[in-house]
Amino acid sequence: MLPLLQAAAAATHPLNGTAAQWLWAVPLLPLLGFVINGALSILPAYHAGPADPALAHDGHDAHADTAHEHAHGDTGGGAPGDDHHEIKRHRFAWLVSIIGPGVLVLAFALSAAIYVAMLGHGGSAIEQPFIQRYFSWMPVGDLRIDAAFQLDQLSMTMTLVVTGVGMLIHLFSVGYMQDDPGYPRYFAYLNLFVFFMLLLVLGGNYPILFIGWEGVGLCSYLLIGFWFSEKANADAGKKAFIVNRIGDFGFLIAMFLMFANMGALDFVGVRAAAGSLEFGGVVVTAICLFLFLGCAGKSAQIPLYVWLPDAMAGPTPVSALIHAATMVTAGVYLIARSNFLFSIAPVAQLVVVLIGALTAIFAASIGLKQWDIKKVLAYSTVSQLGYMFVGVGSGAYVAGIFHLVTHAFFKALLFLGSGSVIFAMHEAYHTTGNHDDAQDMRNMGGLRRSMPITFVLMWIATLAISGIPPFSGFFSKDEILGTLFARAQHSTIAQAHLFGIPGTAWLYVAWVLGLAAAFMTATYMTRMMLYTFHGPNRTGEREREHLHEAPWVMTGPLVILGVLAAVGGWLNLPAFAPLGRVGALEHWLDPVVGASTARVVAGAAETSTSLEYSLVGLAVLIAVGGIALAVARLKPERLVPKREAAPEEGFEKVLVNKYYVDEVYDTAIVRPVVGTSRSLLWRGIDVGLIDGLGVNGSAYFARFVGWVGSQLQSGQLGTYAWVLALGVLVVIGAVTIR
Amino acid sequence: MLAEALFFSAVLFVIGVVGVLTRRNAIIVFMCVELMLNAVNLTFIAFAQAYGVAGQVFVFFVMTVAAAEAAVGLAIIIALFRHRQTVDLQNINLLKG
Repeated sequence: MLPLLQAAAAATHPLNGTAAQWLWAVPLLPLLGFVINGALSILPAYHAGPADPALAHDGHDAHADTAHEHAHGDTGGGAPGDDHHEIKRHRFAWLVSIIGPGVLVLAFALSAAIYVAMLGHGGSAIEQPFIQRYFSWMPVGDLRIDAAFQLDQLSMTMTLVVTGVGMLIHLFSVGYMQDDPGYPRYFAYLNLFVFFMLLLVLGGNYPILFIGWEGVGLCSYLLIGFWFSEKANADAGKKAFIVNRIGDFGFLIAMFLMFANMGALDFVGVRAAAGSLEFGGVVVTAICLFLFLGCAGKSAQIPLYVWLPDAMAGPTPVSALIHAATMVTAGVYLIARSNFLFSIAPVAQLVVVLIGALTAIFAASIGLKQWDIKKVLAYSTVSQLGYMFVGVGSGAYVAGIFHLVTHAFFKALLFLGSGSVIFAMHEAYHTTGNHDDAQDMRNMGGLRRSMPITFVLMWIATLAISGIPPFSGFFSKDEILGTLFARAQHSTIAQAHLFGIPGTAWLYVAWVLGLAAAFMTATYMTRMMLYTFHGPNRTGEREREHLHEAPWVMTGPLVILGVLAAVGGWLNLPAFAPLGRVGALEHWLDPVVGASTARVVAGAAETSTSLEYSLVGLAVLIAVGGIALAVARLKPERLVPKREAAPEEGFEKVLVNKYYVDEVYDTAIVRPVVGTSRSLLWRGIDVGLIDGLGVNGSAYFARFVGWVGSQLQSGQLGTYAWVLALGVLVVIGAVTIR
Repeated sequence: MLAEALFFSAVLFVIGVVGVLTRRNAIIVFMCVELMLNAVNLTFIAFAQAYGVAGQVFVFFVMTVAAAEAAVGLAIIIALFRHRQTVDLQNINLLKG
């Protein structure tokens, strides 16, 4: 493989000859892990045991894992383990435990080395991206698409997040999934996901990015439906896949438009061509809106967010890695990557901001009344993604990416913490043979006594997401909201109009929505913590003594993430809090997004320090208020276990049922589409037109013509003679008569 | 002289054609075919008077082929009769499609 890759990087680039030349190896390492783990997963490699009923009639065939998982159906949908027979560990589980996380450790080390090389060769002074071209992939007419990777400050940041957080979650998975019969399959999918995610962030043009985009979607589908013997899990996977198709349609249209109007699809080429586009013109606005449709699918924004809460059917580390930290942020990355397009399409930016703000408050309000611990986190993720879109949409690309990074830290921590909780709950229920829901917060309570490490770390993450200084989320969320306020006062977006209303008004609305969502965020996160860790324990008398902290391989990554969630804000300190180097991330990303941000800012004056202080004070006040409200109003002592709980009423019922959006979609879209497909497309066009008229019709026609011909063959010589004579007369007549 | 000969042979030919088209007995149809052949022979002879002997040479060929054809055709008819006990063409339709 090595000598085949003729990396034709620009010979004059400062990164040439450094560790950056090994860029191709970063995604290839997880791919290697996928190949090995995938091969192991299809080997018939179980320990045969007398207590395993699945083996009795199934034998050692290559598909034994499927049979195992049928018996393995996990009622909670979240944690490994088996209620019915002795757990069988995979024979090569030890090998998978080395290779699966190992490739990620190597990939992260390599990324770190490349990062160091970038720092050593100019860091943010490297103006041009470092592009490695491997081969010409699609040379069609004017279209020339290379298989190329692009390394710049933005993709470096994303690569570090993907490999770093991914590595920690891989390590956590070793503990969480080790007793699952599908252990190698799990790591194969997870490795494959990281490969595609790296393809996404490193790709040097939109089509390569799109391959990664589709690939992560595939892995998401595979991992949501990892325990596919439960129909609900398989359905959740399908839902995610299908909803994402709608977004991908937008992405494709955007690429077609780009090629048609700019003649290029690589980032450098599009960036150059974007300069000649009309500012705020129809073309660039359409491209940006279609791109955003793709983002709304992948990053779970209104109206395509419905798949993400259902995606919690997958194993919890998957939720942490794919559905919180990395894949769902791909849309944010895409907009930050396409900053040169969005910054000249203010109407599209306005749409992004508004959709983001709406999503933020909408999902946050649903999160207020969810009982499933993972559902709370899922809606929280949707809500936080809304914030990121508010950031990148308002031209604050740095703020958006900053929140992406800090969110990756604290949300991964929250998910892994909830995974640790579910793991403990499941173990306890498993030991006593109880079949209650291990993910319902009404069955938890008081877990701080049995899981102190998880308890402390999850509080750190909760404070971070709520926006309490000095935790990471405070800095990033405050930067988004502060920038949004500044943009509302003066920017190209504020000067644009949407539905006849000036952008300034829209942006102020979005800012208020963002503040309200921040309040709700603090409330629902505190609610989750109170119900899970505080108050009396509701798990059950016999189960209580079996609740215990997860092994070190799971708490270790939690601790690292906890540190990152606490200090992640130092990545990009605001000017008013000079606790270190101010705006490090902003400075770092300047070569990629600086020009676009400056264009959006349109020469606005810096926000005055006093105003900034009051904005920050307001944000902190709101966060503290949200937490205080939750603490004051919610009494974990009064909560009863799930099976004794009374159903909700009034508006609470609407919130518990997620505003009935799924039901509305089902009635308004799914049923009509299925009905039309069934009656018109299937019975009408397929069976009637194609089968009836096309396939069978042509056969009937051929048979009819044959029948007519056969009637001429009467066998009567007299008739033949008559026809012959008449034919001769006709021929003679045709020749002689003119 | 030529016109009369051509007229005569045309009459003979039409008689043959009408016989082939209208009669149902295989032998009579066969004889009518012979009649048509000989009408053509007569035409050849008539033209040979005006344009040289090539027409006469042709007549010999036609007579030879007609003789062979008569032998084969009669043999077929006899075989047919042995098989079906009839030479009525309306009853002989084995090649019906």
